[in-house]
Amino acid sequence: MSQVKIRIRGVSKRFGANVVLAGADLDVEAGKSTVVIGGSGTGKSVLIKCVLGILEPDAGSIQIDGVEVVGGRTREARAKRAECGMLFQGGALFDSLRVWENVAFRLTHAEGVKRPEARERAVETLRRVGLGAEVADLLPAELSGGMQKRVGLARAIASDPQIIFFDEPTTGLDPIMADVINELIRRTTADEGVTALTITHDMQSVRAIADTVAMLHAGRIHWHGPVAAIDEPGDAHVEQFVQGHAEGPIHVDVAAE
Amino acid sequence: MNPFRLIGAGVLGFCANLGGIVAFASRAIGRGVTPPYFPRQYLRQFLDIGYYSLPVVGLTAIFTGAVLALQSYTGFQRFQAESAIPTIVVLSVVRELGPVLAGLMVAGRVGAAMAAELGTMRVTEQIDALTTLSTDPYRYLIMPRLVGGLIMLPLLVVVADLIGVMGGYLIATLKLGFGSVEYLNNTFRYLQTMDVVSGLTKAAVFGFIVALMGCYHGFYSQRGAQGVGVATTRAVVTASILILTSNYIVTELFFSG
Ligand SMILES: Nc1ncnc2c1ncn2[C@@H]1O[C@H](COP(=O)(O)OP(=O)(O)OP(=O)(O)O)[C@@H](O)[C@H]1O
Ligand SMILES: [Mg+2]
Repeated sequence: MSQVKIRIRGVSKRFGANVVLAGADLDVEAGKSTVVIGGSGTGKSVLIKCVLGILEPDAGSIQIDGVEVVGGRTREARAKRAECGMLFQGGALFDSLRVWENVAFRLTHAEGVKRPEARERAVETLRRVGLGAEVADLLPAELSGGMQKRVGLARAIASDPQIIFFDEPTTGLDPIMADVINELIRRTTADEGVTALTITHDMQSVRAIADTVAMLHAGRIHWHGPVAAIDEPGDAHVEQFVQGHAEGPIHVDVAAE
Repeated sequence: MNPFRLIGAGVLGFCANLGGIVAFASRAIGRGVTPPYFPRQYLRQFLDIGYYSLPVVGLTAIFTGAVLALQSYTGFQRFQAESAIPTIVVLSVVRELGPVLAGLMVAGRVGAAMAAELGTMRVTEQIDALTTLSTDPYRYLIMPRLVGGLIMLPLLVVVADLIGVMGGYLIATLKLGFGSVEYLNNTFRYLQTMDVVSGLTKAAVFGFIVALMGCYHGFYSQRGAQGVGVATTRAVVTASILILTSNYIVTELFFSG
């Protein structure tokens, strides 16, 4: 019944002496919402970038629908990656383009949609993330941080991708707007059958959007289970993270003593 | 540090980069000649490199032409060779100073801006975002700049040549007592097609160098604001050095045979 959309096996990545991923394994089920949690700097963003081909893993395999995308120069690998949308942690909006041109970028640049029509669709997508038509002609620098995040979100979903990666979609948003975004992510997976992989630190958001939760720790997927299990995970690391205690098996180096 | 050692380190560093630069350029051109093309990007670069450099290049040219006339007058007067001044001015400007000074000015103005813009795009993940929106950064960002440099610098140099000659003409007629018709006749009497062709060839080479250095250093900028600063400096310094070196080589190729 449950079909694996993205299969990650033994992915390792290091930057110089800094070993970030050390054999991460993860199955992302099709049409489900998977959330990756884990401490700051554990390599969650790096993991997603490996799937998207922005970073090249040192070792391991990543398959989308059974197509190997690591080292992916093949037409098939490129086609699979073209099915992906991505919300970057920092937004990564094109600051020389207007908001609507950002949102419609893929439509106008890769799909050959004419500008007037693309603009209409961009405004429509902006509405889905709670932004009015009046922001469409502004430049990204003229928006607040939370608004930029939502424009990034709109850009990620604008061309109806099959797989969407959200890197911290609700950071920097007020609780109400965060809930709107959670709801949006929930709906895109539940109603449209999109596969979502979300990174977040926000436990409320985890409960709202996740079908399954995976915890990244020490370069591997340390724990993987249904969202209902995160309160009784049977694992001290997950428990500490979910409850947000400073004491526990995860050590945080701060200059104490 | 020992200045000779600094020079050596610089040269070695550049040679180590050379392979990377050649690979970068061939990738950009190899992909850039195939569709999709992005006409808006080309147009923007043509305007940026060509049109908006006109004031800087024009100012440089007029004062260069003027000072050439003045200097050669004070020198040539000593052996009654004032009549050679129009020829001296036009040959120096068309063959050497027009292309070299325009190249150096554009390196400072456009090369630096390219490195800073692409570097910022790299650092804020905008270049990564392009790939996730199915748009090849080489086609979208690099090729328009390379073509822009290659085409616009010769056009700028045509303008610079005219203004430079005019600078000399103004000084000669207003200050040094030359007759207007006589000066213009002498200007064009000894000018050969090859002088113009070699000057414009140089301009095309310099334009390509400026754009390539700006793009390469920006594209591979290190993270952080400091990374962008370093990229900008390198773009200007390497472009300037390469302009002066290749200037000698092109001159040698044109006039040695
Ligand atoms: N391009 C890069 N070059 C060098 N090091 C990098 C690069 N990208 C990430 N790193 C390093 O990899 C580690 C993991 O980074 P990553 O961005 O994946 O963390 P994260 O889990 O997303 O953290 P956060 O929750 O704070 O966003 C960090 O130590 C970071 O310094
Ligand atoms: Mg991150």
